Formats: sequence, structure tokens, C-alpha cells
Amino acid sequence: MDEMDDIIKEFLIESTEGLDQLDRDFVELEKTPDSKDLLASIFRSVHTIKGTGGILGFDKLAAVAHVGESMLSRMRDRKLSLNPRVTTALLSLVDALRKMLSSIEVTGAEGDGDYSDVVAAVTSILEGSADAATSPHAAAPAQCVAAGENPGSGDYAGGPKTPQQPAGDSMAVGAPGKSLPDKEVPAMASDAIQMQSDKHDALASSTIRVDVGLLDKVMNLVGELVLARNQVLQFTTTTKDTTFLRTAQRLNLITTELQEGVMKTRMQPIGNIWNKFPRVVRDLALGCAKQVRIDMDGADTELDKTIIEAIKDPLTHLVRNAVDHGIESPEQRKQAGKPLEGRLSLRAFHEGGQVNIEISDDGAGIDTERVKRKAIERGTITSDHASRMSEREALNLIFLPGLTTAERVTNVSGRGVGMDVVKTNIEKIGGMVDVQSTAGRGTTLKIKIPLTLAIIPALIVTSGKERFAIPQVSLLELVRLEGPDAIASIEDIGGAPVYRLRGNLLPLVDLNRELGLPDSATDGGKAQLVNIVVLQADDRQFGLVVDEINDTEEIVVKPLGKQLKGLACFAGATIMGDGQVALILDILGIAQMANVVAELRSHAVTEHAAKNAESTGNRDTWLLFTVGEDRRMATQLSSVSRLEEIPVNLIERSGDAEVVQYRQHIMPLIRVSTLLNRPSAQKDAERVQVIVFAQGGNYIGLIVDEIVDIVEQQISLERCGQPMGVSGSAVIQQRVTDVLDLDMIIAGTGMKSAMSAPQGV
Amino acid sequence: MSTEQQFCTFFVDGLFFGVEVHKVQEVIRYQGMTGVPLAPAVVGGLINLRGQIVTAIDLRKRLAMSERQGGEQPMNVVVRTADGAVSLLVDEIGDVVEVADSTFEEAPDTLKGVGRDLIRGVYKLKERLLLLLDTERAIDIAGATRPV
Repeated sequence: MDEMDDIIKEFLIESTEGLDQLDRDFVELEKTPDSKDLLASIFRSVHTIKGTGGILGFDKLAAVAHVGESMLSRMRDRKLSLNPRVTTALLSLVDALRKMLSSIEVTGAEGDGDYSDVVAAVTSILEGSADAATSPHAAAPAQCVAAGENPGSGDYAGGPKTPQQPAGDSMAVGAPGKSLPDKEVPAMASDAIQMQSDKHDALASSTIRVDVGLLDKVMNLVGELVLARNQVLQFTTTTKDTTFLRTAQRLNLITTELQEGVMKTRMQPIGNIWNKFPRVVRDLALGCAKQVRIDMDGADTELDKTIIEAIKDPLTHLVRNAVDHGIESPEQRKQAGKPLEGRLSLRAFHEGGQVNIEISDDGAGIDTERVKRKAIERGTITSDHASRMSEREALNLIFLPGLTTAERVTNVSGRGVGMDVVKTNIEKIGGMVDVQSTAGRGTTLKIKIPLTLAIIPALIVTSGKERFAIPQVSLLELVRLEGPDAIASIEDIGGAPVYRLRGNLLPLVDLNRELGLPDSATDGGKAQLVNIVVLQADDRQFGLVVDEINDTEEIVVKPLGKQLKGLACFAGATIMGDGQVALILDILGIAQMANVVAELRSHAVTEHAAKNAESTGNRDTWLLFTVGEDRRMATQLSSVSRLEEIPVNLIERSGDAEVVQYRQHIMPLIRVSTLLNRPSAQKDAERVQVIVFAQGGNYIGLIVDEIVDIVEQQISLERCGQPMGVSGSAVIQQRVTDVLDLDMIIAGTGMKSAMSAPQGV
Repeated sequence: MSTEQQFCTFFVDGLFFGVEVHKVQEVIRYQGMTGVPLAPAVVGGLINLRGQIVTAIDLRKRLAMSERQGGEQPMNVVVRTADGAVSLLVDEIGDVVEVADSTFEEAPDTLKGVGRDLIRGVYKLKERLLLLLDTERAIDIAGATRPV
């Protein structure tokens, strides 16, 4: 019985692979309907399923496969030419086969689904094709196949490379006895197929199937071997035995190579998941009456198997999105002066130890104004915040949960559907998603993911005498507070410790307390040293207080046993260089445990915006800078888009104004020193400090001498005879500071009209 | 004629336990363990078994017995389970013994508490009683007490 099960399992694996291949072949076939090797490959896949299915007693499966085979053999024999109707029938046939196979996998039987309509559709085409055989197309005088060439092999070899001649003249089976001897042609056709299968067999025998569990086991053992090797190598420093040293050296080399080799066995080309996309795109495009061509580049880029599994759904989602919402209908494209056929291109490549995947379309792009409006409507951001948003920030709004539904309902620029889920899934495996879009030109989604999940960089910390690993992905920065003064800067809000990190309140979480570990450093009084690991959990930042920060290391992630699965604060465990086990912290789990991320994610942005809005009355965050000799000035940080350092030689002139090319815009530059009639302290600097403000999608840059600090402070503005461009003075950091009047500066330089003008599309 | 079975035996707090030999993957000496904060108290820690991370369950705690004395180091009996290897921390390892099925008897009803759930029965050996441990239940610590 077991043996039988094995056979069925083998059959299922093989058939599923065959069907995957079919999906691709069919779509390919639509483009090159005369490709004989494609037809041969399709025929073979269906034939195998029919044959093996029959032997194993899956009669229904065999019956459905049989009609498919008959149709394919007609096509192979040129009695039936490919048209969308035929393709659709074939695809639905494949779906039927797939359904039965998965039913066999689950229940062991074909299931009681009724596939007679599929069979009927195919049969009707088959009956119809009797006429087709006599149609002028097929009955065209069949010319001799490249005279003098070895029949079969010659023709076959030419097949894939050169475009086929019109259907009628390559194979004469459709019109027997016209110009070729009856027997030669069928022989040739089967020759070609025979050759194909020979090639296939050769390929098949050079690979074997291996259970992933076995690979994991081997990988584990290699990891252990690496540790043992390290211990041996350590021992070499204490001995002078040359034979031993030589052996140790050899062991070292072999171990390294073995490790690399084993890692490779787990790698799979990304093409394994891309293969399904042509079919997905075809179906979807047909469904919404669009024309879409899919280009794939870098399908052989390899990734760890677990990662391949993890990105499958997000990628499919993005591809669907691009076709559904990104690419416009043919009419719209015509109006926009684009080719009717939309292009969707997938690109994958290795870069800097990471895998980059880009999904781009040449569709309508994302209308950021619209996205912003939607976000404001949903209360995710305030209109004030929206107006200050940079283009990039606005684009990233599409990743917010909740925005999706609104966009889908209106179905205009779309692209919102479940993007938050895509982002979450990619980030879960330590990846990043970024979106770039030009209105009217298209959208590109860039994904960066690590090569493997098994090995990740991590920060090792000690707390309560135990070591813990913190995945580097969540790590933002390290803060070390030393001495009584610094430690006194940790404040308390009703028992919740906070630290002011550059003016923002950073909630602190004590790892010892969260994990119930003994407090090691604090002996009654306050500790002399506090180590804060600033971490990102969802959209929140928090500081994790640990006893000691050790080092960063590449660690091998291992799962915890079932007994410990319930502990949300650990993501797994790893083995350290000394052979001891260390636990890997699950940052999100800890944040949730400490109630740092109790609220929903979308609140983060709202609150941030609300904070900006509210605080204008009392507290605000100020960017301090100097202009001229020691003249301190301030501007609200919330209105600042970016701080840039621009080489002087990039500054160009437009009319009287200085400008610089910035993010595909021309950004006017204003020298605050000139504006205030003050000599700049840094006349001959090679680079200038520029504070970039964004308004309505345009940028304006203020050149200042030096950026000093960012403070959060309540100020009282005093106005007494300020020059233009200064709205008042205040005491910030015990110094008199002029506060910049941004509106006045913009208005005064005549930029206002330019900036408030509606932009382009 | 009665059939015989082989048991790997060990001692926990003076009691003599046995586990079917085919369920035992290996027996190893005391290993450095990494404690798992917030885990149930019966989890002694994690050990590194040739690159595989194995949870060690302290049988004394699991059986609600007295704590091991300070200087004593437990041994690991690594058992195979449906969910991978799990180590049982025991006081001392005994021999592999062969016992006849005929000497088996259900645990007496007077046996109360956790032991009642974890001891499947008793083999009456000549010199002492061999308690048959239900490993699947012993490692199922979902219901086990959490630390206070």
C-alpha cells in the first residue's frame, strides 16, 4: 500500500510540474502558434498525465486528458490551428486536470466534479476542425520541407530558432498526399517528438528530488561542523605540530566549501514563481479587456526556498494590481498616445547581498493628490500634514491599511488593494518595499529581500546574564547614557519611563523587567550606565533597555520547539560561537507585550499629524541653524522636507535666481544670508547646507551656514522691528534665536505664484 | 510465553522510571542550558544538540517533585516525539532492562496528582518497581503551571 502511495505521490508531483509548464507553454504558444517543440512539449505533458492516470485507475482524469490529447494531436498535425477559443478550451482543460489532481492529493480520489462541459467544449472544437482541415488555410499546397535537409532533425533544429513559415507549408500532415510521400511526414513529426523526449530524459536523469527536510538536516549538521571547525582552528594556535596544522587547514577549506555548497542546494530560481505570471496576466487582461505583455528579466536569480515561498503571494498581488489598476484600457492608452499593448516588466537581480525585484508597468501611474485626498477623507492624515508631504511620502500612503478600500471603490488610480498586507509580508522576511510612480508614465515597485532567511545579521545584547539576539532589521540606533546627569534625563510619566530622543518622546521598555529577569545592574540606587537599543516595531519606535550591548553577528535562525511556541517575545533561537544557545527576540512581540504598539498601525500617522497640528500652540519642534557669524535662526521642523548638502558646482542660474536640479525639478535656492543682508560665514565652502521645503509638489531650498540642532520647546515669539523674512525672536536653548517667516520668504522672492500653480498632470 | 520489551531506565527523585527503548534517541551528559524567560517552570532550558535546538524538560518539576540539590547535575534523556526531539532532565541513568509483559500492572488508584497522568503503569521487577513514563504526556506542557 505504501508503495502505491509513493507512486501516486510521485505522479502528483510530476503532473503538477507538468501542468505548470503547460500554463507557460500555452501563453507562449499564443505568440508563436507554429512552434513545433512547444506543441510537442504540451502534448507530452498531457499524454503523460493521461497514461499514468489511466494506469493508476483515475479514469475521469484520463478521460479528460484524452480529449485534450486528441485536440493537441490535431494541432500538432496541423489539422487545427490555434485561436483564442482553442486556447481557452485548453486552459480550462488544464484547470480541470489541476482540480482533479489536487482532489487526488487531498482525498485520494478524483472527486465528483463534473467536467463534461470542458470535454464538450473541446469536442465541439474537434468536430468543428474537421471543416478546418479542408479550409484553405490547412489545405494550402504543402511545400516540401527544406529540400535536401534531413527530414525530422533538420526541420526540428530550425524550429525554435527561425520563425516558422505560415502554417500550411511546414507540416503536410493536414493535407496528406499533396506533395510529400504519405509516410515520411508522420515519421518526421514523431521523430521530432522522440528527439524532444530524449533531451528531456537526459535532463531528468541529471537531477534528483530531495526532501527539503533532509536538506535542512544536512544544513544543520554543516552549521555544527562549522562550529567544530572553529574550535579546532582555535586549538591550532597552541600547537606546533605541522601535520596537525596542515590537516586543520584542509578541514577549514573543505568546511567552507561544503557550507557554500549546502546553502546552494536550498536556492531556487525566482522563475519558479514567475512562471505562473504569464497565465495570471493573460486571464486578468482578458477579463478586463486590456492588452498586456509581460517581460521577465532575471528569472534565474536564485533565492532561498523559504523566501521564495514567502514572496509568492505578495508578488502575485502586485502583478495583479499592475494589470488591474496600473495599465489602462486600450482606448485610454490610445488617447494618451501610448501603444495599445501595456507592458508589465519583472526584473530580478542580486545587489549588495540582497535580491532586488522590480515590478514596473507603463500604466497611468499613481495620482498622489488623489491618494492624499483619500487619506484625508479617511482621517488617516490631516490636510495640513498632506500639504507638507513630499511626493515620496504621499506615494507611501498607499501602504497604509484602510486606504485600500476607498481606492478600490473609486477604482481610479487603484493600487491600494491590500498593499499594507504586501508590505507587512515583505517586511516579515526582512525585506523592504518602495514605490516610484510618474503620473501618466507608470509605476515601479521595488522590493529588496535578503538572500536567505536562515542566516540574518543580529545585534547581540546581554540582559540578566543571558544573551539575546535582536534582528538587525528592527534596529534603528543605539543610545548610551553614562553618568548621573545623563541617566537623570530619563523621565517618568506615571510609571512609564521615557527618554527624549532629539525632541521626541521615546518610550522605554526594560528587557529585564519584561522577561522577569533579575535586575543585575541596579543595586538599589540608579545605575551608572543605561544602554538603550532604539527599535522599530510597526510604525512605532521604542527604546529597549538592556544591561550590555555586545556585538553584531551573523546568526543562524533555528525554530523553537512546540513547547515554547506560545511565547510571543521570542522569534527563535540560535547557536553562538561557543556552542551555547541564545534566544532571538521578537521585537513586535515584545512591543506588544509592553503595550508599545497596542493601537492599530494607522493611528501612528494620524497621531503624528495631530501632534504637529496641536503642538503649534504650545510645543513645537524647531530646526536650529546659523546664518552669518553666530546668528542663530530657527524654523519649524514639521515644515522641513529634507536637509541636503549640495556641492556648490551644481548650483546653476536661472534669470537672477540660483537654482539646482533636484529630484527632476528645478529647485530655486535662496541664500538666507543675502535675504537678511548678513555676510555668510562660509563664503568659500565647497558644499552648502540646504533646508528643503516642499509645497504642492514643488521644492524650495534655503541655503544656510550650518545646521545646529533640533529641539522641542515652547517658545514665546517677540516681535520688534524684525527684518523681512523673520517673524520674530525667541529664546531657544538659552540663546536669542530668530524665527524664519517662511511664507514671507516665499512670497518675497516671487516664488509663491510659481509654487501654487497647478502642476502638470 | 510472554513477550518482552526493552526499556531505557533512569531515576528521578528516587523513583525508577522507564521509557521504551525505541523512543529514546540518545542519552547525554549534562549540557550547558540557556534559560527561557517567561516559559513554564518545567522548561529547564534549551540545549544545543549538534546544531539542533532542543527543549529540555525538568522531570522533577514536571512530576511536581522536590527541587534537585544544588550540586547535582541532571542528565539528558533525548526522546523522539512527533514534534522533534525533546530532552528529559533526569537525576541518573540506569541500564537498559528487558522486562516481560506479564509483569505489567496498571498504576494503583491511590496514585494521585500529576503522576497519575504521566505514569502509564508499573512493571514489577524482582528488586524494585519500574514506572512506565508516558513521554507524549510528559512533554505536553500546555497545561503545566506557569511561573508565578
